[in-house]
Formats: sequence, structure tokens, C-alpha cells
Amino acid sequence: MRTITYRDALREAIREEMLRDERVFILGEDIAGYGGTYAVSKGLFEEFGEKRVRDTPLAEEVITGAAIGAALGGLRPILELMTVNFSLLASDQIINSAAKFHYMFGGQPQIPLVIRMPGGGGAQRGAQHSQMLETMYAHVPGLKVVTPATPYDVKGMLKSAVRDPNPVLFIEHELLYNIKGDVPDEGVEYTVPLDRGEVKRAGQHITIITFSRMLHVTMQAAEDLAKEGIDAEVIDLRCIRPIDIDLLVDSVKKTNRVVIAEEGWKYYGTGQGLAALIYEFAFDYLDAPIQHVHGADVPMPYSKSLERLAMPNKDAIVKAAKAIVPAVLAHT
Amino acid sequence: MAISNATLAGLTRTQLLEMHYMMSLLRRFEEKSAEEYTRGKIGGFMHLYIGQEAVGVGSITNLLPEDRVLSSYREHGHAILKGMEPRVVMAELFGKSTGCSKGKGGSMHMWSNELGVYGGNGIVAAQLPMAAGLAFAAQYQGLNNVTMCFFGDGAVDEGAFHESLNLASLWKLPVVYMCENNQYSMGMAVAKAWAVDSLMPRAAAYNMPGEQVDGMDVIAVYEAALRAVERARNGEGPTLLEIKTYRFRGHSMTDPAYYRTREEEHEWRNTRDPIGIFEKRLQEQGIATQAEFDQNDARATQVAEDAADFAENSPDPAPAELFTGVMVDNSTALSFRRERE
Repeated sequence: MRTITYRDALREAIREEMLRDERVFILGEDIAGYGGTYAVSKGLFEEFGEKRVRDTPLAEEVITGAAIGAALGGLRPILELMTVNFSLLASDQIINSAAKFHYMFGGQPQIPLVIRMPGGGGAQRGAQHSQMLETMYAHVPGLKVVTPATPYDVKGMLKSAVRDPNPVLFIEHELLYNIKGDVPDEGVEYTVPLDRGEVKRAGQHITIITFSRMLHVTMQAAEDLAKEGIDAEVIDLRCIRPIDIDLLVDSVKKTNRVVIAEEGWKYYGTGQGLAALIYEFAFDYLDAPIQHVHGADVPMPYSKSLERLAMPNKDAIVKAAKAIVPAVLAHT
Repeated sequence: MAISNATLAGLTRTQLLEMHYMMSLLRRFEEKSAEEYTRGKIGGFMHLYIGQEAVGVGSITNLLPEDRVLSSYREHGHAILKGMEPRVVMAELFGKSTGCSKGKGGSMHMWSNELGVYGGNGIVAAQLPMAAGLAFAAQYQGLNNVTMCFFGDGAVDEGAFHESLNLASLWKLPVVYMCENNQYSMGMAVAKAWAVDSLMPRAAAYNMPGEQVDGMDVIAVYEAALRAVERARNGEGPTLLEIKTYRFRGHSMTDPAYYRTREEEHEWRNTRDPIGIFEKRLQEQGIATQAEFDQNDARATQVAEDAADFAENSPDPAPAELFTGVMVDNSTALSFRRERE
């Protein structure tokens, strides 16, 4: 094991998959000479050359459609869209082509495509550069949508995504690239599945379900709660389509209480979808209404003070948990 | 009167007669489709190729089995020309399990991996970026195949057209972009939608060769497509062809075509029918006879009838097909993965 950043873990995964399989190539805006907007692909152009590390024009619709075409033609593209916000320009190809073709054409075409894109707020990038749009894509049958939060998971899941025969939307977060975590040594092969969440902290009093960057906020909240005698179980979904419902139900059976913490907006989102699934499959095990911590229902403001108010934080999670864990339970 | 070994555009008499047969087949197939649509056997949107047969036949005649064809929603003809059995196309129109897409696609969504029929798109211009990507895959793998991408004049108005031509030219991709300019994007006349009166300035804007072609003359289409396909196969990059044609029917089955006059339609049908034009030329040049045309037409009618019978007698998709094939690995087909009850 060593400790490396999320960015380096991603790059290692891309590089190892490119070395493993000649069909794997990467394309995107400024990924070659520039090294990627978030420096994820730095050095890969020098190592693999123009054939396999392709700078593209600034044209999300065609590069996404071309990546789909390349996948149909037998390649394994990893497409980097500069941010999830720009993916809206490519959303026709993602939703009307990538998600539909396998089913609509009777199971014939396969689209083994990975689209990487970071989303999220917290860096004062304003309303058009701070969105969490994963929930929109998770609504659509035919896609896999994953949101790895740690260096270990991001490396293992990218490898799985490249090898997956389906289109995978690989949602990163702009504030995760510099976080560090334990990752097996280079050359030690491992993958992380694209349909399993993980208990990142075991606990008995309450289940806090989260994903992407909010995992780290939630882990801090769990530490605070522990100081007050509340033992929280933290589940990282890792993938939001499909949802690993068995893992959630098992946890709810144990704790009987649920907080869902996400950075995105409240309505019709991943959190509300999860809550509905838990009510559907584990209603009888719930001792309290599910609490939902989420981003403010506004376009993201620029001002640092306002942005801080718009982002869900540790205190909000602690407060939500305490609201449904009775004091008498907290010290058992 | 049987005819010599005269040739036209380097094509043998046998090839020319085959082209005539394919044009007849597309015509008869679409007429049969229209009939079945009005009988309620075919649902949804259906866009007929009648009037545009010379475009598909003239161009796809140049392709090899390993080449790929992508198209819009007016693609029954393209699929048949690339080798798909008319039965399989008709069964798809009927929504039957024997259709090329198992009845899940419908009129706008024909596919065959083996034949290189890569859809059938209901989204205008969606196939242009994918065609670039398929051509890129061929280039990347060192394969010699060509991607041919059909679209209508309406697709030219979409951003995807411009983005795709730019990328194809920039990367010198082996793709032929075939604009079937039938002069109306649904009800919108080209003159009201394009700021230019031809695609030639647009080919120039993306630094690729372009040609304007009479789409009612199958030989002219053949020759232009031949040049474009050879360029692509020789690694010389993409070509944009603007094939001027006319659909004899409405945009779709439900279109009464109020936006154009009956006189205009009659004029085209009576004087510019691509099959009639081709027959006249073959006869004038002493290559084929009316009897041979009649024979082709009878055979085409028979094949279209047979396709409809086959479709009619094919089973509906099994109910279990509803949840089959959402994902390649069916375990993750739903929005949540649940292994236990």
C-alpha cells in the first residue's frame, strides 16, 4: 500500500488499462498537450502518443458521438468531458444514443464507453460550473452512473468501467482530485465493481448514506457524532445507477434510522429516489422518518459566504442525525 | 431484344439490371409498407423512401460488405441495400420478434452488426458524430473500411452537422457524408432554412471536397459516390455530397404535405421519377428492355408481398423481452440491484 492522490490513482488506472488493452484510448478537450483540465492525463500523451491520447475540438456533442461510434467500431474509448456542466451539450448523444442503442436495436450493438467528468461546487466557480447532474443521468435506463470518492475506489472502478461492455458515466468531483488515500502498489491488480456500495464506517445507531465528495464530509460528521455517543454507519453508494439496495436494507435493519447526505438539489434527485426505495423495501424497519441533507435549492452563488451557505456541511449532517436518534439511544 | 455487353459508368449489364431491380424493390417495398401502415399493421412514425431510390442504390452499390452505413429515420432502403432481407425489415416495421431489432426498434431503428447497418436514428443528425467515430475506429485499427452516413437537408441545420464535418476533416477520417436533399425538412423548405443555396460553401468551410449531384440520376450518384468512397478508402479523408432529390410522399405517413403544391409533386413524379429516368437511359443505350424491367418489377412486388406475409405470420416478442437487453449484462438492467427478496 501507498498513499496517493485521487488524481494519481485515476491516471494510474487509465495508464494500466492502456497498457493492458490496445483498444483503449483517451480523448477530450485539452487532455494531450495540456495534460487535462485537472491534470489527470498529464504525461500520457508523452508516453502513448497522438494515436491514443487525442485532443479534440471544443465540441462536446461530436466528441461524445464520435466516442460512441468508436466504441461501436470495436475500440474502448475513455472520453473526458471537461466538466459535468458541459455534458449537457452532449446529453443527446448520451441519453438518445449511448443509453438506447443496445436495447433499441435488439441487443446487437454494444457501447463499451467511459465518459469521465467532474462536477460539484465549493470552489467559487459560480452557477454554471458547480452543478451535480449525476442524478439526471441516473434517471435513464441503459446507463451506469458511478461516483467514486476515494483514491482506492476511483482506480478500481475506472478499471472496471473500461472493461464494462456498457456505457459508464464516471462522475468525479472537482474537489476530490487532491485528496489522498491508500492504494495498492502499482502493478498490484485489483478492480472495484460498478454495482456495489460499501460500508465505510460500521455503526449501530444510524445509517448515513452518501456518495462522491460528501463521503468525506460525512466521515467527519460521524466522528463528531461519535463524541456525542452516536455510532453512525456510513455507506458510500459508489454507484447511483444501479443502486445497491441490499446493502442499504441490511444497514437499515440494524440501525432503523437513515440520513441521506448529498451535494445535489433536493427535488427528484438521488436522495429522494433512495428514500423512496428504502420506504419501499425497509419501511417496517424504520423508527423515524428519513432525513435528507442536500444542497440549497438555488443556482450556485459565486460569493464565498453565499456558496458556503448553499453547500451541505458536516454540521447539517450532525443535526439531521441527532434529530432522529433519541438521547437515550445515544449512550447504549 | 437482348443486349450486348454495353456498359455505363464502368458497370456491367448485369450490375445495371441489378441496380434497376433494387430501385424497383425499394419502391415496391415502401408501397407495401404504406399499405400495411394504413391497415394498422405498422405503428408510430414511418418515413418512406419513395422518390429517393437512386440515392441509396447509386451510392451503396459502391460499398463492400465490411463498410458501414448509418442513416436517419428514412432508412428502410439503406438497410435493404446493405444486405438486410426485406422480410427482416418488414418484420421490424410490424414490431415482430423476427425483425432486425427484435421488434424493439421500429421503422426508424434498423441494425445489423454483420451487415454493417448501424442504425436508423430518430434524432436528426445524431448519426453524423457516430459516423465520424466509426471511421476513426477503422483508421485507428488500420482497417480499410469506409463509413457512409446518410442524412437529410434538415440535419444540416443541426450543430452536429458542423461539428462532425470539422472533426472528420481535421482527423482525415474515411467517411462519406451523404446529404439527401429532398428539399423539405418535414414542412420546411430548404430555401427558408439554409443561409446558403447549396452545401458547397459548407464543404469548403470544413476544408473537404464536396459535390452536388442530381439524385434522380442513379448513374450520377454512383459516379460521385465512387469518387468519394475511393478517396476515403485511399486515406484521403472525408467528402460531402449533396444529392438533390425529392420524396414523392409526405415527410411521414401522417403528413398531408400542405406546404407544397400538388402541381409540384406531379411535376416531379411525372418527369423526374428516378426509376423512369434510369429505364429510359438503359433502353436508349440498348442495354436493357422493357420486358426485363417488367420482370424486375414483378420480382420486386413478389418480394415485398413475401416480406409482408412473413411479418404478418411472425410472433410478437415474448413478454420477457421487455426487460431483456437494457444492459449487456442483464444483472444491472434496473435502477437498483436487488438479489434478495
